[in-house]
Amino acid sequence: MQTLFDALSLGSLYALGALGIALIFGVMRLVNFAHGDVISFSIFALLWPSTDAVAIVFAGELPWFVLIPFVLAMGAGLSVVSEIIVFRRFRRANPATMMIASFALGFVIRYFLLMLFSSRPKSISLLPALSQPVEILGARIPLLQVITIAATIAILFALTAFLKRTRFGLEMRAAAENFTMARMLGVRANRVIMGAFALSGALAAAIGLILAAQTGTVDIQMGASVMLMAFIATVIGGLGSLPGAVLAGFLLGAASVVMQTVLPIDARPFRDAFVYGAVIMVLIFRPQGLIAARGTKERV
Amino acid sequence: MSLLALSNLTIRYGRLTAVRNVTFTLTEGEILFITGPNGAGKSSLLRAIAGVTPPAGGRIDFAGQDITGRAPEDIARMGLSMVPEGREVFGSLTIEENLLVGTGMHAATRNWRSRAATELEAVYATFPILKDRRHSQAGLLSGGQQQMLVIGRALMTNPRLIAIDEPSLGLAPNITDQVYERLIALRAHRALTLLIVEQSSTRAQLVGGRMILMRGGEILLDGDARAMGQSEAMQAAYFGYGEH
Repeated sequence: MQTLFDALSLGSLYALGALGIALIFGVMRLVNFAHGDVISFSIFALLWPSTDAVAIVFAGELPWFVLIPFVLAMGAGLSVVSEIIVFRRFRRANPATMMIASFALGFVIRYFLLMLFSSRPKSISLLPALSQPVEILGARIPLLQVITIAATIAILFALTAFLKRTRFGLEMRAAAENFTMARMLGVRANRVIMGAFALSGALAAAIGLILAAQTGTVDIQMGASVMLMAFIATVIGGLGSLPGAVLAGFLLGAASVVMQTVLPIDARPFRDAFVYGAVIMVLIFRPQGLIAARGTKERV
Repeated sequence: MSLLALSNLTIRYGRLTAVRNVTFTLTEGEILFITGPNGAGKSSLLRAIAGVTPPAGGRIDFAGQDITGRAPEDIARMGLSMVPEGREVFGSLTIEENLLVGTGMHAATRNWRSRAATELEAVYATFPILKDRRHSQAGLLSGGQQQMLVIGRALMTNPRLIAIDEPSLGLAPNITDQVYERLIALRAHRALTLLIVEQSSTRAQLVGGRMILMRGGEILLDGDARAMGQSEAMQAAYFGYGEH
């Protein structure tokens, strides 16, 4: 039971991260390596610049209904600003150029945070009420894990409804499949891309919130490890495919947690090697990803 | 009144000149075929008109405004709808969703579906097959149905001019007949202006109307499709003898 919840909550993080990457890849074929730094930024946006070991939340203890929208808005805001300032100039560039630009942007964000906050991890207590354990079927599960999973499921449903039911969602799906054709039908390119960046940034901020609440610490590298796994999830899910990204995110989370428990003790430090080994196997047998995206597939 | 005017339009891809100094005007309500062999620059011309490929020189006016170098979505919103070569349906979307993509510019955000319903019904009346299958994935349609879908999708934007690139591509002759039948009916019904690119001139001569014959990026002939008949210049354009 504990293992199941561990797997689901880790998988949730990867799934949210993978979604954020897949959303942007879908509309502009950009693999956004700055995504992990957006995760860190949105949490650090809560803090006064300082090099202390204890984080100072600038508005004191914010109630959750202010805190959460604020952090999400920070992530979305940074993401949209980076689109306007950086990526818009690379719209016609090839994907490799855009990818390198995203690396550069990531470094800029990270070193900006480093300058203000130093590289030292800070302890923070966000939403402390959530670390209480709850009892589910005889297992003691941290409330936060339950909320993480529930929130992820809620986000997935909301995102699906948004994409299926709203006009903007429809335009985004059309643009992800064939951007030029969508534009020839009057779909405004800039609006769709900015929408994708905003959603992706808000998803990154959600990850930041969950990470900070789970670990009780923040540091400027916090987004990097999730980002790497999330990126792998988008690749094995089928680049640009949103359901694929979610599925692969959960699978990767499950694989990590399961290997942690079933591998012999001596092999556990090399858990990630086994996970990546499994990733390579998936790619050998399904190079197009688990659920291939329409727009990237050759049509006859 | 001229709806579309091209003057000295030149399109280059790197060092290759695909279209050279092309000038013509299209009057409201007219039907114009642009024909010519492979590599004549027909598709490049359409892509420039739709704003997808910015021209290297010259100027394009639509409905009295200079649209040279404007974004494709702006041009579409002005009432110039493009049906590109290969149809380009959104294969993972349903038929109805495909149609609705083009309504973004008219319907307000609230209740956009119900507002688009009238336009949908009009398209379904023209292409009943689309209504029957409106909730199935567009990628599963046959070539002829996809062609009808993309024409319907273009209609949803309420255009003044529809530019279609090779509507007969990959279709059986009787299906092509059906597609043209609907196009001609639509043109009469909605006062549409049509700009149709086809490789062969037979369809233009069948349907009638004006025809521009291109070769090597330049206009060779411009006149009545039927009158052009099997003139020597026509033969020359396709088979390459007796010219220069």
